[in-house]
Amino acid sequence: MPIILDKINYCYSQGTAYQIQALKDINLKIDDGQFIGIIGHTGSGKSTLIQHLNGLIRATSGTIYFNGEDIYADDYNMKDLRSQVGLVFQYPEHQLFETTIFEDVCFGPKNQGLDKKTVELRAFEALHNVGFPDELYDQSPFDLSGGQKRRVAIAGVLAMKPQVLILDEPTAGLDPAGRDEILNLIAKMHKELGITVILVSHSMEDVAKYVERIIVMNSGEVMYDGTPKDVFHHYKELEAVGLAAPQVTYLMHELKEKGLDVDLDATTVEEARNSILAALR
Amino acid sequence: MIRDITIGQYYPAESPIHKLDPRVKLFTTLIYIIALFCFKGVLGLVIITAALAAVIKLSKVPFSFMVKGLKAIVVLLLITAAFNLLLTPGDVTLWKWGVFQISDSGIKNAVVMVIRLIYLIVGTSLMTLTTTPNQLTDGLEKSLAPLAKINVPVHAIAMMMSIALRFIPILIEETDKIMKAQMARGADFENGNLIQKAKAMIPLLVPLFVSAFRRADDLAMAMEARCYNGGEGRTKMKPLKYNAQDRKAYLLVIVFLILVIAARIVLPFPM
Repeated sequence: MPIILDKINYCYSQGTAYQIQALKDINLKIDDGQFIGIIGHTGSGKSTLIQHLNGLIRATSGTIYFNGEDIYADDYNMKDLRSQVGLVFQYPEHQLFETTIFEDVCFGPKNQGLDKKTVELRAFEALHNVGFPDELYDQSPFDLSGGQKRRVAIAGVLAMKPQVLILDEPTAGLDPAGRDEILNLIAKMHKELGITVILVSHSMEDVAKYVERIIVMNSGEVMYDGTPKDVFHHYKELEAVGLAAPQVTYLMHELKEKGLDVDLDATTVEEARNSILAALR
Repeated sequence: MIRDITIGQYYPAESPIHKLDPRVKLFTTLIYIIALFCFKGVLGLVIITAALAAVIKLSKVPFSFMVKGLKAIVVLLLITAAFNLLLTPGDVTLWKWGVFQISDSGIKNAVVMVIRLIYLIVGTSLMTLTTTPNQLTDGLEKSLAPLAKINVPVHAIAMMMSIALRFIPILIEETDKIMKAQMARGADFENGNLIQKAKAMIPLLVPLFVSAFRRADDLAMAMEARCYNGGEGRTKMKPLKYNAQDRKAYLLVIVFLILVIAARIVLPFPM
């Protein structure tokens, strides 16, 4: 079920002195099963963009098609869209409210109007998919660590069985170990569940290792859209807008300047290692 | 939806009213409220209206901003008007049904009461629109300072007030985010009957309270880390000081009150 954005514009506080154009003429096509990273620094419009995808924000102008249907049509079922395009916000504290973890995860499927048995089955499945330990199901979600809270929040959205899973800065505020765990989990879910995953981040390092396509946002516009290799070719331009390519890219460019014949397209440590070994041989 | 709340909002502008000492504005508001509740007769109303109009003009705050604040009290206005209109006995009764009646003094009371309430909201919101919350609490603290002698915790009250005011926009933003996060999980805040709507608030209120408590805790910690220990011995970077403008304003306010009282004695009709 592809999502197509056609000339999306969005203005905050339109018609007042505080008017800000947050998105400018965004055209995008998001295909089934893709693993996409959206990158941009604070205020680049990335969070605004993803909230359009499940209809939480209505574009000032432009159209969004989900599965070929115009989501702004009068008779379109927004609730249905929101269960198919799952959005996990940055702070799990904003959504956890139930007395137990299990019941909190049940909230989404319950809102879909499913019967009790299906709801519980889905919650169980979702918690299982995010690798949450069984013995903690009856604990209060407020007692968990940051990383565990995030897992519960992801499970809460996953339990609605979305076709598209969007995660807004899922690694913010986590320590390096927790960050790797969550990113590996997301990559695993993408592979095993076969869903489209959109990962929003401001860290190239996070994204480069996992995604197949990167969309770079800058002041409300799509600056680059392509594979990580293509996008990192522009590492100088990225720097100019306050973003950085992965450290590996810099290392490879420096090695090349020093006369070592390495592959400049390497984006992960693994690829870089192989390329350097090959060059030294 | 929640962004429409304008009571207590500040409107930045360069005007003589904005530049006045907050104590002057607090005092003026107090006098204005007294005048509103003791005026009698058309002459008094004309004086108050003229004064209010002049201050609004001087403040450079668009009139529409004050009218927006009125939207919130429309229901209150209607109820007040209805009670006064239907339950006041008078000399001439125009209509009667059970305990309800419409009389000449009922009509008079209803009109005066509605005018009072509208003027009250417009006048007081004019103060908050032209005074930043910080100035307001500064002014309050200084005005109430004499009470500290009889062990009233004036500084603590002022500090609580400024923190409360500071937290309003933060909590509004937080509410917005939580609503979105729950809507992404299929929560529905708009449809359903009253009980369903009340139940739908739980997923919103629990995270909101949790975060409010956490923020309060963090703030207390941050204040303590910076050795906050109340107002004793604390100095200000910009202490409040009266200037010529402020003195003039005080004079005008007192003249205004005298005029309103004089109007009440000279011409207490037809209200």
